[in-house]
Amino acid sequence: MGLDSGELLKLDGLSVEYRVRGGWLSAVKNVTLGVGSGEIFAVVGESGCGKSTIAHSIMRLNTDGNERVSGGIYFEGENLGDYSDRQMTAVRGKKIGMIFQNPLDSLNPVYRSGYQVAEAIYLDGKGRDEVWREVIELYRKMKMPDPAKRVRSFPHELSGGMRQRVMIAMMLARNPKLLIADEPTTALDVTIEAQILEIMNQLRADFDASILLITHNFGLVAEIADRVAVMYAGEVAEQGSVFEIFQRPRHPYTELLMKALPRRSKREGRLQTIDGTVPRLTSTEPGCRFYNRCPCAGGRCRNQDPPVRRLSDTHSYACHNR
Amino acid sequence: MSSYIVKRLIQGFFLVFSVSVLVFAMLYIMPGDPIDQVMGWKVSQEKKDEMRRFYGFDRPLHEQYLSWARKAIKGDMGVSVRTKLPVLDLMKARIPITLKFTGLTLLFDILIAVPLGLLCAYWKDSLFDRLVVGVSLFFTAIPQFWTAVLLILLFGVTLKVLPFNGYDTPLHLVLPVAAGVLGSFASTIRMTKSEVLEVIREKYVTTAYAKGLSKSAVLVRHVLRNAIILITVLISLSIPWLISGAVILEHIFGIPGMGGLMVNSIIMQDFAVVQACVLVITVLTVVFNILCDLLIGLLDPRISLSLRGGER
Repeated sequence: MGLDSGELLKLDGLSVEYRVRGGWLSAVKNVTLGVGSGEIFAVVGESGCGKSTIAHSIMRLNTDGNERVSGGIYFEGENLGDYSDRQMTAVRGKKIGMIFQNPLDSLNPVYRSGYQVAEAIYLDGKGRDEVWREVIELYRKMKMPDPAKRVRSFPHELSGGMRQRVMIAMMLARNPKLLIADEPTTALDVTIEAQILEIMNQLRADFDASILLITHNFGLVAEIADRVAVMYAGEVAEQGSVFEIFQRPRHPYTELLMKALPRRSKREGRLQTIDGTVPRLTSTEPGCRFYNRCPCAGGRCRNQDPPVRRLSDTHSYACHNR
Repeated sequence: MSSYIVKRLIQGFFLVFSVSVLVFAMLYIMPGDPIDQVMGWKVSQEKKDEMRRFYGFDRPLHEQYLSWARKAIKGDMGVSVRTKLPVLDLMKARIPITLKFTGLTLLFDILIAVPLGLLCAYWKDSLFDRLVVGVSLFFTAIPQFWTAVLLILLFGVTLKVLPFNGYDTPLHLVLPVAAGVLGSFASTIRMTKSEVLEVIREKYVTTAYAKGLSKSAVLVRHVLRNAIILITVLISLSIPWLISGAVILEHIFGIPGMGGLMVNSIIMQDFAVVQACVLVITVLTVVFNILCDLLIGLLDPRISLSLRGGER
């Protein structure tokens, strides 16, 4: 899928299943995608489509013993799936950082925000003075007002935007090469969202980090991402550069999503919606997962996995009929 | 913070006051009175009335209460009808013993049960988890006095390795404390386990892992540190139970604490002593609870914020 050697992160046929009563629920199925160096790669999809599961699987954070992960997760050419838990601990924060949806829940309420950032830097064996200098410097880079004072604030004393800045500071403190942002602005209002996006854009330049952006917000994708994968029910329906996806969507699902976007130019009474709901799938069922909602579904769609068709180095989609 | 302490002290004062009134009233509602108890049926009614006047039992209730309360504040808890000794002297030697006994029970309960609960949560559904929860539930199901008797039979009578009556050496405390801990540690284990399981699911724990902390660092610094807040609350709530359990255990093991004194005084209807015991236990409970509230304030910055009156 293009960019073979330059890829920082490559998911190769990643599947994740969760144990449920009476079987396995397929949350992510056969996902293949690559994130290049310095690139912002967005994964979009509706709730429950498996995009957060991908993020957690890369970091191996979904370990409650009820999941089954198969396929390769290659980071800098090495399969993270082969890493021991101890090796994964060394990867987290140091090579791959991750920020989460709700920045209040994601910060520990009993520690000062600065300490939580410092805790990450201490892992690199630095001395106390150096660590705290770096924390204040990071706060400054995150455009926190009055950094020297804010490091002493508890999370509940900070606004939502400031908390997300603390999270980003914490996760960039050790200069990871990849930042996974799992719905980073969903819980924030639009003005704060714009500021956080600006910070993330700036970071790509300053820290030379790639960003894997998990979101359901196409506006966000258009604004910041280089490439995008559209997910549906655990599978990648279509992926390509932002231009390709927005201008020439090929997969019926992407097409319908585009039509469902509110646009200023069209003055239609109601937004178009997609009928039906996302199916609950077990891992063994073959066929296209969009079958039951697809306007151009045919006989093969029901029981044959759709083939992946390539339009360019970057653009591909999975559909029988297009 | 200081206005909060003042508020809690005022609340505590009213609690102690209401309990003292209740205790006072309750003893007079009960049938029989101490003079009948001490004098026996052969003594004439005139003599009994004279004694009642001497001890003030003939005066109106609120007068009796006020004079008792006034003296109690000065430390004079009255005179035991049965032993003719000042109540204060009876209590003075016993309070520290009870405090030491319950304190040690609480300490060992926490030292044993909190780590076990943490490990049970960490290795949830493992053999270790099932074993610990099973064994602890077994001991909870047995009444505490029965555990105490079994311990006496095993270690005191059959094996003859530990003393089981009296309070002469630290060894004398081993069996009573063990009985107390066995009776209460199951609930502490379960409480710690469920609280830790709750905290483990919190998003900030995922964050802690994501920034690269090791499992043990996450478990101690982020999970236990937060779980300990609610554990402190629940332990502080269990203190009255601990003290009431101590009353029985002291009696069984012949420890000269407040428990033994109280049980005997209730049987003898020795009002002054019972009042003093209940009052001291109430005061201890109130003091413990205030201390726990302050401790929780120190542990949880969100609470200490409201303690400071909401200022930043």
